[in-house]
Amino acid sequence: MDSLSFDLATTPLRELNQFLHHEAKTGQVKQVTVLNPDGAHNIAVGLDCPVEVEVHGHAGYYAGGMNKTGTVTILGSAGTGVAENMMSGRVHVKGFASNSAGASAHGGLLVIDGDAGLRCGISLKGGDVVVGGSVGSFSAFMAQAGRMVICGDAGDALGDSLYEAVLYVRGSIKSLGADAQVEPMGETDLATVADLLSQAGMNHDPAEFKRIASRRELYHWNADANQEY
Amino acid sequence: METKPEQLKPVSREESAGYDRKTLDYIRNAAAHGLYEIRGLGAKRKLPSFDDLVFLGASLSRYPLEGYREKCSTKTVLGTRFATKPIELEIPITIAGMSFGSLSANVKEALGRAASEMGTSTTTGDGGMTQEERLSSKTLVYQCLPSRYGFNPDDVRRADAIEMVIGQGAKPGGGGMLLGQKVSPRVAGMRTLPEGIDQRSASRHPDWTGPDDLAIKIHELRELTDWEKPIYVKVGATRTFNDVKLAVHSGADVVVVDGMQGGTAATQTCFIEHVGIPTLAAVRQAVDALEDLNMKDQVQLIVSGGIRTGADVAKALAMGADAVSIGQGVLVALGCNSESYIQDGMHHPADAGYAALGTAAGFCHHCHTGKCPVGITTQDVILEQRLQPEVGAKRLRNYLKTLNMELTTIARACGKQNVHHLEREDLVALTIEAAAMARLPLAGTNWIPGVTGY
Repeated sequence: MDSLSFDLATTPLRELNQFLHHEAKTGQVKQVTVLNPDGAHNIAVGLDCPVEVEVHGHAGYYAGGMNKTGTVTILGSAGTGVAENMMSGRVHVKGFASNSAGASAHGGLLVIDGDAGLRCGISLKGGDVVVGGSVGSFSAFMAQAGRMVICGDAGDALGDSLYEAVLYVRGSIKSLGADAQVEPMGETDLATVADLLSQAGMNHDPAEFKRIASRRELYHWNADANQEY
Repeated sequence: METKPEQLKPVSREESAGYDRKTLDYIRNAAAHGLYEIRGLGAKRKLPSFDDLVFLGASLSRYPLEGYREKCSTKTVLGTRFATKPIELEIPITIAGMSFGSLSANVKEALGRAASEMGTSTTTGDGGMTQEERLSSKTLVYQCLPSRYGFNPDDVRRADAIEMVIGQGAKPGGGGMLLGQKVSPRVAGMRTLPEGIDQRSASRHPDWTGPDDLAIKIHELRELTDWEKPIYVKVGATRTFNDVKLAVHSGADVVVVDGMQGGTAATQTCFIEHVGIPTLAAVRQAVDALEDLNMKDQVQLIVSGGIRTGADVAKALAMGADAVSIGQGVLVALGCNSESYIQDGMHHPADAGYAALGTAAGFCHHCHTGKCPVGITTQDVILEQRLQPEVGAKRLRNYLKTLNMELTTIARACGKQNVHHLEREDLVALTIEAAAMARLPLAGTNWIPGVTGY
């Protein structure tokens, strides 16, 4: 038995998640299909083995949250906090994603084919995020490490209080947040964007992207900076 | 006849109440630096507190327990609402969340050892779980903070309970702070930050806003831990009645309420002294909220912020708390503000260290500098050697033991075989302020301001 289906219309979510946390670790079932998710929250949270989960429909909050080594594909849209705090593995949203997609992800790859809402990649800590569409305001707020590739536009205050995360935006940026700046694309940046786009299965010319990184002026207290923090 | 010149001294040397020397210093400091003062520890101003309450011991109308002989239980169970593996403690006194980063790894280990020996829990802090504290703590509460520094599902699985931190008493509404001196290579690595930066944590969680979202977030943690581990929700004391109700609504097993006397390793002084309400006022609001929801027996309440003595613990329990949490008192037990530190079995004077910080033992609040003269709130490789885990653990164990003995002494005097049987009826207030805040009668009267008459 290589694959197994859970129909959330008839099976409690807890059964699915407990299967994924325990039985799935034996490796006998490699592929799990989730039917009738109907926007349920917390689908496939806390994966801790290289199992593949395919969600046939829309997912609610925190789908694939805290994923480690697993692969989650959502054939629909995802609610707030998809792949939040992911450590490794991959989460792919074929539709749109709501707020805080990939929040504080430490690793792994989050791919969103459509648009993402507010605060996409907030507190990012080493994960990679590729968004086929646009992202809302306050995206990459306080992002510490990792990379974001945004194929569409970015909203207000992109990359506010950025640390060492690097953002690549193809479209327009409504405004940059405090301490974020546009920097020239180097050879490494072009290669990075090409690589992430190819991992995400998207096809754009890396040269069309701008690089946004931290000015690093907020790293230390500075009384003369006239900041209101 | 000699005439004395008129004495004008009281007028010419009259200190202003509004512009006293402390205020003058504050304004000069602001003018010199253009930056607010940041410091450690909690509120220093005088506040209505548990000191303003006394117990009505047993007499003719109540029967006491034999103080030195009869058993008085201190066992405490936390997380009975939803968790299938509640926390079982020997004493109702726990160690508050304090981060590795603000404290050295040695200190975290000492806390774990002492807590484990006494059968109580320790708590991580902003910046993740260290191996030292996990290994040394039998029962470890893992905090989930707005910054999510070092937050790792493996540590969630290794923890015994999860504490969702909304705020802390020293700075409700504010995020953590760790100045560059303390962002050592190890701290920076754990938090995914560049070394030496002045780290200012977020004050809002990245993936939820408001109590309805929090309910889903807590559900996520429950699903992740297969509904085994208790979930605490910690709030800084402000609108405590409403906040506790919302925490219960969000699905908390345990609510932690931290009053404004609660400590910090680094926060703006204006925040420490002017935001939040005293623990005494908060505990009553929290208990009222639980009683209003008829959840007193299902959701446990932990109170923290200025709990120092066994009497404080007893009063918090009598007011309706199930347990207390101690941070600053624990650090003092380890040697915070002590004139000396113990290294290689000998006392060494620490006055030069205090002097270098412009302070002295007994007044120090310089945790934020990372130059703790007694080696507690530091990441400095030399200073941190001044607190050895085994020495610290022994002192802390003694402190906790003393508190627990004081607690049972009071409970027995009130005729209780279990410290959790202490009740509000056992308490009266010594001041009108305390009577009003705790809604207890003023001693010797049946007057509760705002409740019984004026």
